[in-house]
Amino acid sequence: MRRIATLTRNPAVIALVMALAVTGCASKKIPNNAADIGLGGAGSATPGSQQDFTVNVGDRIFFDTDSSAIRADAQATLSRQAQWLSQYPTYAITIEGHADERGTREYNLALGARRAAATRDFLVARGVPATRLRTISYGKERPVAVCDNISCWSQNRRAVTVLGGAGS
Amino acid sequence: MKRLLKPLLIAAAMIAAISGAAIVPARALVEIDVNKGVVEPLPIAITDFLSADALGAEISGIVAADLQRSGLFAPIDRAAFIEKISNPDAAPRFEDWKVINAQALVTGRVSQEPDGRIRAEYRLWDTFAGQQLSGEQFFASQANKRRIAHIIADAIYERLTGEKGYFDTRIVFIDESGPKNQRTKRLAIMDQDGANARFLSDGRAISLTPRFSPNRQEITYMSYESGQPQVYLLQLETGQRELVGNFPGMTFAPRFSPDGQKVIMSLLRDDGNSNIYTLDLRSRTTTRLTDSSAIDTSPSYSPDGSQIVFTSDRGGRAQIYVMNADGTNQRRISFGEGTYSTPVWSPRGDLIAFTKQSGGEFQIGVMRIDGSGERILSTGFSQEGPTWAPNGRVLMFFKEPAGAGGPRLYSVDLTGRNEQPIQSPNFASDPAWSPLLE
Repeated sequence: MRRIATLTRNPAVIALVMALAVTGCASKKIPNNAADIGLGGAGSATPGSQQDFTVNVGDRIFFDTDSSAIRADAQATLSRQAQWLSQYPTYAITIEGHADERGTREYNLALGARRAAATRDFLVARGVPATRLRTISYGKERPVAVCDNISCWSQNRRAVTVLGGAGS
Repeated sequence: MKRLLKPLLIAAAMIAAISGAAIVPARALVEIDVNKGVVEPLPIAITDFLSADALGAEISGIVAADLQRSGLFAPIDRAAFIEKISNPDAAPRFEDWKVINAQALVTGRVSQEPDGRIRAEYRLWDTFAGQQLSGEQFFASQANKRRIAHIIADAIYERLTGEKGYFDTRIVFIDESGPKNQRTKRLAIMDQDGANARFLSDGRAISLTPRFSPNRQEITYMSYESGQPQVYLLQLETGQRELVGNFPGMTFAPRFSPDGQKVIMSLLRDDGNSNIYTLDLRSRTTTRLTDSSAIDTSPSYSPDGSQIVFTSDRGGRAQIYVMNADGTNQRRISFGEGTYSTPVWSPRGDLIAFTKQSGGEFQIGVMRIDGSGERILSTGFSQEGPTWAPNGRVLMFFKEPAGAGGPRLYSVDLTGRNEQPIQSPNFASDPAWSPLLE
């Protein structure tokens, strides 16, 4: 739900956001960036807050079709997440794995789980204690973007790092 | 389709109770060829069943709708009828029915018993042979008036095609409502024609993939109600729910074994891959059947319980595999272009239905159990999740249009003909067909 702020960190994905605006994807209708849900722009969030994590660090990464490999752009986001999570150690974390709609329901539940596990393993390798992390797969059941073209599907193939526990 | 030429000796009033309706097998008026399909449905006249109230016409209307939806029968417009049936026990004027080309005729009567039950009788006539093909009567409570109609439709279907019917069956499915990015997905059940729909869960947690037990008293399904997606059992009669097993990770893609003693499903491994397990419902023992660093899911037993078909991406992309029920002899059977998933073994044992993705489209198809003879029955933007009618002649699946709409249920013949939408209260997905009730 808060992806524009995340994506502006990444020039490659800014192009995608512009393409979406041009094609008029239905995802414009749902709150899809920080401003839509009243979080304000980058930099205004209190350090260590949920908004800080979402806006300044980036709470989600994206995957290629039918893949759970952590892409180079995603590695940069996850490295920032690991650093931030070490700085604010009170948060428990749930990693949600998601798939796009171009797969069958049961297979996509498994694929979302594999993406969540790959994301977890990357964060653990960057020093986040495994005990702080749990994973859950939503398969294709919780799309953020609703339309029928490639740009929307690419937004739905994601792993979202959700803060929970003491700090939330 | 063939005319019945030989006179058949069938008692004029073959009376049977609802439980033990034995029908003398005979040559079929309708022949089903799965390779060609029935090109011309059989013209059949279904008269309003006589009754003191509207119930007779209601029941015969349900019979006509069932037979019409099967695609094998063409009920004739009642406005064309010449003879008005006033005594369903007497032979009709066959000439009056032949002249409107009714090859078969159904007459009947519905009345109320002193104890409040409904009594429904029907007779099926071969108009060209000039004789009765079958006649039965059934008793049921008022609440089961639609079931009595479906049982009569099954009897007519079986007598005229030589195949078991599938109308006295139900569908469990996922009712979907609300916007696509926040959709409520809850368990629901209805008759195969969309009537009598009711919810089985409240929709607070996402529920998915319900499937019937062989005795159709229970369903197994996956739900997020504990926060962790896990497989559950639900007793339909009592509403009692129970977690299946005590596994550390996500469990999903459940189905019953043909004897109803086991649930087979996928269990997520800590490394993010999924393997196939069974849980014996009596002994509570679990058995791991696959052990690959891949996604192994969507298991489905052969009807004799000796083999299991499943999806795996161990070869790189999702394909269909078969193994023995103990996990040995795992072998790939799908080799076509694209990916294959959600395989389901036919109740006849001879075919496997599947979802295929190829060229940006989704397809519902069937193949023989060795992977040969692939036949695509339906192609579209998004469709998946086939389930077999208990006679193995019809498949139901769900189909979703592009954009912000939602999924709906459809049925299609094994021939690929006669694709039909199935009525549902809201959007609907994950249909699972019940067995016939004995």
